[in-house]
Amino acid sequence: MKMLKTFPDKCITCHNCESACSKLYFKEDNAKKSCVVINEEIYPPEMIVCNQCGTCVDVCPTLALTINTQGVVILNKSLCIGCLMCVAACPINSMRFTENVYNPFKCIACGICTRTCPAEAIEIVTA
Amino acid sequence: MNRKLIAEFKYAPAPVIRGYNKRSLYINLSTGEIKEKPVTELMIDKFVGGKGFDLYLMWHAIKDETKWDSPENEICISFGPLCGNTSYPGSGKSIVTTISPLTGIPVDCNVGGHFGPYTKFSGWDAIELQGIAKEEVIVYIDGDKGVVQILSAPDEEINSHIFAEELIKEFADSEDKYQFVSVVSSGKAAENVLITCLNFSFWDKRRKVARLKQAGRGGTGSVFRHKKIKALVVKYSGLKVDSNNPVDVETLRKRGLKLHQEIEAGDSTQNRMRQVGTAHLMEIMNDYDLLPIRNFKYGQMPEAEGLHSREFKKLFTQGMPDGCWFGCSLSCCKAVDNFEPRTGPYKGKKVCVDGPEYETAAGCGSNIGVFNARDVVEINFYCDTYGVDTISFGTSTAFAMECYENGILNKERTGGLELTWGNADAALELLHQMARGDGFGVIVGQGVRKMKQIFAEKYGADPDFLQDIGMEAKGLEYSQYMSKESLAQQGGYTLALKGPQHDEAWLIFMDMVNNQIPTFKDKAEALHYFPMFRTWFGLQGLCKLPWNDIEPANNAETDEPAKVPEHVQNYVDIYTAITGKPLNKKTLIEQSERVYNFQKVFCLRMGKGRRIDDVPPYRAVGPVTEEEYLSRQDRYDKQLKEKLNIDPEGKSTTEKMDILRKYREDQYQQLIDAVYERKGWNAQGVPKIEHLQKIGMDLPEVIEVVKRFL
Ligand code: SF4
Ligand code: SF4
Ligand code: SF4
Repeated sequence: MKMLKTFPDKCITCHNCESACSKLYFKEDNAKKSCVVINEEIYPPEMIVCNQCGTCVDVCPTLALTINTQGVVILNKSLCIGCLMCVAACPINSMRFTENVYNPFKCIACGICTRTCPAEAIEIVTA
Repeated sequence: MNRKLIAEFKYAPAPVIRGYNKRSLYINLSTGEIKEKPVTELMIDKFVGGKGFDLYLMWHAIKDETKWDSPENEICISFGPLCGNTSYPGSGKSIVTTISPLTGIPVDCNVGGHFGPYTKFSGWDAIELQGIAKEEVIVYIDGDKGVVQILSAPDEEINSHIFAEELIKEFADSEDKYQFVSVVSSGKAAENVLITCLNFSFWDKRRKVARLKQAGRGGTGSVFRHKKIKALVVKYSGLKVDSNNPVDVETLRKRGLKLHQEIEAGDSTQNRMRQVGTAHLMEIMNDYDLLPIRNFKYGQMPEAEGLHSREFKKLFTQGMPDGCWFGCSLSCCKAVDNFEPRTGPYKGKKVCVDGPEYETAAGCGSNIGVFNARDVVEINFYCDTYGVDTISFGTSTAFAMECYENGILNKERTGGLELTWGNADAALELLHQMARGDGFGVIVGQGVRKMKQIFAEKYGADPDFLQDIGMEAKGLEYSQYMSKESLAQQGGYTLALKGPQHDEAWLIFMDMVNNQIPTFKDKAEALHYFPMFRTWFGLQGLCKLPWNDIEPANNAETDEPAKVPEHVQNYVDIYTAITGKPLNKKTLIEQSERVYNFQKVFCLRMGKGRRIDDVPPYRAVGPVTEEEYLSRQDRYDKQLKEKLNIDPEGKSTTEKMDILRKYREDQYQQLIDAVYERKGWNAQGVPKIEHLQKIGMDLPEVIEVVKRFL
């Protein structure tokens, strides 16, 4: 299974990862549209990102969520009817949604965030 | 399948605006006429949608003397402005109305499945089906292309579990698009008996079967088949989160997500709807002496352990998002997969059975003395696929069994069937007879009211005894709760406009268990508020369950926990979010009150709905037989002492029963007085003209009918 691994002790809360993620998928620098979330209200910071557990896959009524050959949970937008049942089901708030975007979104373990992190606080692993 | 095109109508698909299409579809099966009718502002203002539109359209389509089998009788199906949103749990209901073969007045059913939302998004706020086709037909709505067709239906198999699936496969564009097709069908029994239903399908992508949800009450399936309709089919593939074009999709999504989260957090400790659906009620009802057993004689028996929800949980496939519409995270529609019936034409075949839900488990289980979960599943399966209403089947069979127990029926009269309590084989045989159109099953399938007549006339049975034990009012069989110890629920059942169904008011806990409505005035208030509130679901195309089968964690601390205030506020908010129209908790009730009173006047117009029709059989009110009295003797004796100041010592059971009966019947009449008063009706149960004016339901055609009864 391909997934992100986080090291909160190393995180310097620069939020580069959030920028990189939202820029890639939403073409804008907006933490609300990032699949990885850095919460600096606590210390060490909370780094919230999908661990590909598959809980959301089981609740999706349209089978819009599937697990690919690399073990990554993928959302098929053409099947998604935006019910947000997956958002409620995700145990770690990693199925994300934001205003005016009808489909939820999540980390697909592409790894772009890892390349922008100056502190090696986030990396791609294959478990 | 080789189908002949009988009639065709093309229309321009257009997006729904703020929950409405502002047009309805009229189909005349006799003439082949298909046309579009405008939905007027008057309809929207006064009737809102859903059941309101159905009743309005039906009112203007039929005559005072229309019977269920008159060509002009209609089947109307409507959806409501909130129907079809994918955000808020429980938003995919269709409401079906017709003049019922059991009651002669309008019956309304609230049913899940994908047909309603897809038909709505195909361009229609309601469909009217009138007339009788010359040959067997299918009505097909292609919402992608904008075509309505009447097609010939030479199909041999019409039992729903097979037929719905065949039609989905026939009409879907390809295998990966089965989910965009939904079918309404009935089954073989609907050609022969009256206690029938319609099945609304949804394609279950995980199980790869057509699931069936029932528009259960009042014999809709018989009207459907009498019109020679084998099925309605709709195809629509454009569903999106904003298909209703709501004014404020964000509020809609936020309220929906909040409820999803409540369900995630609370369902497993509250009602376990996601594990066992409404069957979670089985043990609760048995614990409180409320589970109908042996034709509503008793509410509790140790044997009922056999129908504990844990028995059903073993049979239900777990961990599936079993919503009857997208976005319903309460997901109560459980199913038994790979079930092998042991009787009948599908014996040994593997089938998927929807349910059993509580009503089915109680009606086709405890109420007929069957305490084996697998037997209940089998009865459930055959009821659904043959198009038989499980509630009426249970209550009718229970009545026949009690008649058998009392010697009114015997083997000779039943054609060899031993209708003893718990004889599941006999119950199943009754069903197969209904489907074949032969044997005693056809008599049972006429429902309790007709059976009472037949048994009195043919077998010389005592009509008073039959009246006491025959659990029907207005011609409709009771649904499956014991109301003996809850006066408010006696009213809730018997005053329900369509007949004794619990969807208007379920007050047993408030009344009997928690004693929250002790006075007549309190009960009357509850019998005003709850029927009005619940009517609203039918106007909007919503399901009742996500209202109070999941509660916010702090609900108990609110002023009126029974109303679930936070969820009522959600409804107000999502109504405005979709339609853009203002609403508050008070005007919500007013929307319902108009339609409710319209339906009441509609009943009067069709010949029922006065005080003389609001009569419960005594079995719903108190113990009819000595055996019943003695089984709960302590309770009844105590009531004589405490409520009537009568010392039961030294009195015979018959004497005590007579006293209790007088008391209870009198209480019921006092309740009715209070409720009529609260509802703005006169002592005969006729809405007062001033009241109709006050609530804004004083259309000339309505007043004209009311005047006939004043
Ligand atoms: S989004 Fe949440 S539920 Fe889905 S796989 Fe990731 S962590 Fe699990
Ligand atoms: S929002 Fe989309 S992906 Fe999530 S459960 Fe609903 S349909 Fe599936
Ligand atoms: S609660 Fe059950 S019946 Fe109601 S909409 Fe959800 S799945 Fe359907």
